[in-house]
Amino acid sequence: MTTTILDIRNLTRVHGSGEQAVHALRGVDLSVGSGELVAVMGPSGSGKSTLLTCAGGLDQPSGGEVIVDGNDLTTLSRNAVAALRRRRIGYVFQDFNLIPALTAAENVSLPLELDGMRARAARKYAEAALGEVAIPELADRFPDDMSGGQRQRVAIARAIVGERRLLLADEPTGALDSDTGEAVLQLLRDRCDQHGIAGVLVTHDARHAAWADRVVYLRDGVLVGQSGPLPEADVLLETH
Amino acid sequence: MSIKHGLLALLRAEAKYGYQLRAEFEAATGSTWPLNIGQVYTTLTRLERDGLVEAATGDGGDGRSMYEITDAGRAELVSWFETPVTREARPRDELAIKLALALAVPGVDVAAVVQRQRMATMQSLQELTRLKRVSADGGISWLLVIESMIFAAEAEIRWLDHCEAMLSRQHKPKPGQQKAAQQIRSDRHQTDAGAKR
Repeated sequence: MTTTILDIRNLTRVHGSGEQAVHALRGVDLSVGSGELVAVMGPSGSGKSTLLTCAGGLDQPSGGEVIVDGNDLTTLSRNAVAALRRRRIGYVFQDFNLIPALTAAENVSLPLELDGMRARAARKYAEAALGEVAIPELADRFPDDMSGGQRQRVAIARAIVGERRLLLADEPTGALDSDTGEAVLQLLRDRCDQHGIAGVLVTHDARHAAWADRVVYLRDGVLVGQSGPLPEADVLLETH
Repeated sequence: MSIKHGLLALLRAEAKYGYQLRAEFEAATGSTWPLNIGQVYTTLTRLERDGLVEAATGDGGDGRSMYEITDAGRAELVSWFETPVTREARPRDELAIKLALALAVPGVDVAAVVQRQRMATMQSLQELTRLKRVSADGGISWLLVIESMIFAAEAEIRWLDHCEAMLSRQHKPKPGQQKAAQQIRSDRHQTDAGAKR
């Protein structure tokens, strides 16, 4: 029995009002357990990214609940949401969002330092995270001196540093070639499998979505389909 | 393709027994193409008739015979490897035909057919990806076969996305079709009601 890390209930998000109102999400329910990776697919404008930003506390829903690790983001103060974001939620974006003036280790330790951790302690955590994404040797390198795949690894290290429970990735492979993209997926998958993190991956690439335990399909702000969870691996092997 | 060419390929290096051929065929294709022993022996009989293999002198002592490839068999194998597979030679695509018919027959919810297929194909793609993950050290030929199926599933999903986009641009139901759709729905209601009775 896994613990639910992310529990989204009847989530709605409306941009604008009156005649111009755009209903980005119209009552979405989604639960993601510890160790589970869920991919969200759907055409552009279907609400995929809005779902992810609401799940991560970067956007305020119009209605419904977003419960992360037992905390309902919609009822918390802004400061409390920000604190939860720094401690429990990791974000990975398509364009990496690294700060060019900071080294890899400084980028990774930034959320910890913002949260009040001393620089030396934060550096230790950052080095451990860079080790987990297999680039410990790049700790003192600047983003501009790295390949796309290396930058995305730094971004993932930043998203998993400390004790994160929820990893949200918005098109993390969008700017990478297909082999590097697969390696990034492998990394996200391992985080979920080995560290019990709950992962949500937004992607338009079916090949990458297929790494997930479940794939949900969003259209016009509504979940219209789901595939998975897969039967247990040993069941599958027996049938072969 | 044929099991025929697969068996010829496995016989190229040395003579083998039927059960051996079956095991090696499945190992090479990562059990993605299970063969039963009957298929193997039927195929060997046909190959022997066509002069592409012949019974070898060795015998397992239990009455089963070994087969070896002939010169004609080697030539056939070379020509098989040299000839690209033509798309026309493959069986007709049931899914394309199903969608074409769904469009041609009024009253079918084509978008729902596309969506159901998309999730079903996605599920296969997930299963194949898991198979690839757990068999990363299972040898290159197995991985190639799995990748081939992964690419095919991915292509099918992209094609479904394409169909859906085309349909939403072009397929505005005409009044006559709406009427037919209502007719089919009411037919279905009656069938359901009948089934319940």
